[in-house]
Amino acid sequence: MRIAVIGAGIIGAACALELAERGAEVVIIDRVGVAGETSSRCEGNLLVSDKGPGPEADLAIHSNEQWRSLAARLDEARTGGQPATEFEAKGGVVVAFPGGEAELRRFAATQREIGIRAEELDADRLRATEPNLSPEVALAIHYPDDAQLQPSNTTQALAATAIRRGARLVVAEVTGARTEGGRIAALETTTGRIAADAVVNCAGPWAGELGERLGAPLDIRPRRGVILVTTPMPQRVFHKVYDADYVGAVGSGDAALQTSTVVESTPGGTVLIGSSRERVGFDDHPGVDPVRAIAAKAIRLFPFLADTALLRSYFGFRPYAPDHLPVIGEDPRIGGLFHATGHEGAGIGLAPATAELVAHAVLGAQTTLDPAPFLPSRAGLGVAA
Amino acid sequence: MTHVAILGGGPAGLAAAQAALAAGAAVTLLDEGGRLGGQFWRHHAGITDPRMQHGFERFERLLGSLERAEVHSGAAVWSAELRDGGDGGGGRIVLRAVVGDADAADRRPVVVQADAVVVATGAHDLALPVPGWTLPGVTTAGAAQALAKRDGVSVGRRTLVAGAGPFLLPVAQSLALVGATVVGVHEASRTGALARGWLPKPWELLGKSGELAEYVGALVRHRIPYRIGSGVVRVLGVERVEGAVVAQLDTQWRPVPGTERVIECDAVALGHGFTPRLEAAIMLGCEVEGDRRGRFVVVDDAQRTTMPGVFAAGEVTGIGGADAALAEGAIAGFRAAGLAQDDPRLRDALRVRDRMRRLARRLERAHGIRPGWTAWLDDDTIVCRCEAVTKGAIAERAEVPLRAMRLATRAGLGPCQARTCGRAVEAIVAEARASAAVTGAAGEAVGGANAGAQGDGAVGFDRRPLLAPVRLGELAEPTEPASDENRNEAWPSGCSA
Repeated sequence: MRIAVIGAGIIGAACALELAERGAEVVIIDRVGVAGETSSRCEGNLLVSDKGPGPEADLAIHSNEQWRSLAARLDEARTGGQPATEFEAKGGVVVAFPGGEAELRRFAATQREIGIRAEELDADRLRATEPNLSPEVALAIHYPDDAQLQPSNTTQALAATAIRRGARLVVAEVTGARTEGGRIAALETTTGRIAADAVVNCAGPWAGELGERLGAPLDIRPRRGVILVTTPMPQRVFHKVYDADYVGAVGSGDAALQTSTVVESTPGGTVLIGSSRERVGFDDHPGVDPVRAIAAKAIRLFPFLADTALLRSYFGFRPYAPDHLPVIGEDPRIGGLFHATGHEGAGIGLAPATAELVAHAVLGAQTTLDPAPFLPSRAGLGVAA
Repeated sequence: MTHVAILGGGPAGLAAAQAALAAGAAVTLLDEGGRLGGQFWRHHAGITDPRMQHGFERFERLLGSLERAEVHSGAAVWSAELRDGGDGGGGRIVLRAVVGDADAADRRPVVVQADAVVVATGAHDLALPVPGWTLPGVTTAGAAQALAKRDGVSVGRRTLVAGAGPFLLPVAQSLALVGATVVGVHEASRTGALARGWLPKPWELLGKSGELAEYVGALVRHRIPYRIGSGVVRVLGVERVEGAVVAQLDTQWRPVPGTERVIECDAVALGHGFTPRLEAAIMLGCEVEGDRRGRFVVVDDAQRTTMPGVFAAGEVTGIGGADAALAEGAIAGFRAAGLAQDDPRLRDALRVRDRMRRLARRLERAHGIRPGWTAWLDDDTIVCRCEAVTKGAIAERAEVPLRAMRLATRAGLGPCQARTCGRAVEAIVAEARASAAVTGAAGEAVGGANAGAQGDGAVGFDRRPLLAPVRLGELAEPTEPASDENRNEAWPSGCSA
């Protein structure tokens, strides 16, 4: 079976690897190359701590387990100058400031019910866990399963492994599709026609635009996120530490600037702080407002950061659907067209489970996940068959 | 009253300030240096040898004209933004800076809101990597010049000066004046290129001829050998510089095999050209054009950029030297203050600017970096010094998008944010991609020109969302643009806004 995967970000690369390993003839098409956009402009969070009970939490828990073996496998298969995934099961610490304790405690209780490990830290353990955390913090919950990887390098590793399994990479822009009897038959690209029995749209924030070109518009929009990197510091942040207000912000439909502050040290000693959320289209001039807002929140968590110099900041666009759930499965309008997008800020974490669902949809491979909540035909997307 | 903000206190910025003030505008000038003057007029009263200063009377006149301006020296401007109109007060340009020594605990925040801004951020000098260039004793030509001018210090006792362009001449002169033996000046360009650049219209050089004649005189007086079509291809030494290998370079700057010879020296000053400091203009949204060999802010005849109210002058619009910068700065200052293009006060500056621009194009033809230089690198030559990334590591990841390459190799991610290595990294990537395309390994898969919907391809390493290092605490400080009332208080008496 010839499968064209459009988009060489983390989702496209993970899908390509999964499909190639299951024997499909895979071609990955990207207009820039591997990890040219969102997957090289994000943090690499593998979080379960921010998920409340629901289909996305199921996906996250499943994916979190898969990443442990997948990252090890990618690192073992590394060749030559290929960088490591930098996978690190460092765990997360979510904190509440005075007034927010009850809400965080209640949220953690609902998470425990679906199997997420969430341990409340008393004052002594908190000091031992994160010695530089502000004394103002009123409650801290430890999530041992939160993890981290280097998203751009990991995407490169996924693509390289897929290519070793026989996948092909074509750098070109997809301009349209040829259908025969309501089924996809080929893609038109800037470097020529590519015949395909199935097409997987992994174009991230551009998946809506691409869907339209293929004759199957999809309501996927970009959300801009800004991330800060400090100069290397002697102080360490040992976990992914963030303020519980993150939990409310992800699902919010508010277009205005929102920030949360996931703070962590990188292996090089720099401190990574992200991120903001703004629904402003593909505006690539974020200005200083998000940077200032993130800085203020980060200092509240870790006062030492006030004297820390910012080295750089960067931003990227995250794909989101109107109902804030990933879109994974076959398009109800065009046979052989599948979508895998809309992961918002969680695409890195959700990539392996997404690939599993795509293999299920395209090849009929087995899965223990329930595909129904993510289908493009679900009510929340407004896609009619 | 129109309020004009000026970024940079070199020749272009100072000329812009003088012109805007003369046209009746209020002016705020922000400069990162401890003293105004930029690179060209870098000085230290009592130390700087007057023979190293050119046009110093002009500098003193410009300083004298600043009495009515608000001037912030030692200002690290970390953001420059255009705000949406209609907020009912102040101008649309918002600049944020911290003022004080970089390591001081109490840097003062300054927020400037203005109707127009002149970006006159200049250029820093560019040294291409050479095997051995990380040895102590190797500096950029600009650093050698700055140490000589400001501190009266020579970077070595026996110093070799190499690179390209007329700037090598004053560097050699300065080194000689502070007591170094300059063992040679090695200019990479060959006779043909120099003739094409310099000879066709020698009268255009008149503006520079006095200065140039003086430098050439200095070479003769100090018995400094001047070689063309020659460059340093390796620096030798264990603990520090002990010598350098020079070789003849062909028209594309590839070393000619068999022409290598060793010159004993204890310092090497490298200057292959200049890199304009574009980040403020890019943050303001201005269009830049060009490629990795030369990327500049797009301006029209009035020095207007593609963004309303944003003007640019000096080296950010093209490497043209101090005379071009002075003329462009004056035009930008007058126009930013609201004068019309045909106002008689602009006439002289327009004439000088047009002549100097033509000269600049010829200098670029004569001395511009040629792609063959990468041939003198070894695979293990460190290119990105902050993160110790080698040429081999960069070339090996050249086929992936530029962003992903940086993250994989860490090239350009360190404290200097690719200000030192950016152009060299881009050249190595381009060279590796071209040779991969020739061997068919990557084919069309690597077209750099359309790489990246977010414009990495268009601006390469020059996009830096933070214009200067700033502490998180300084960022978070709740400073809003000063209201007109507050601003007046900070101004010298006699000024009415």
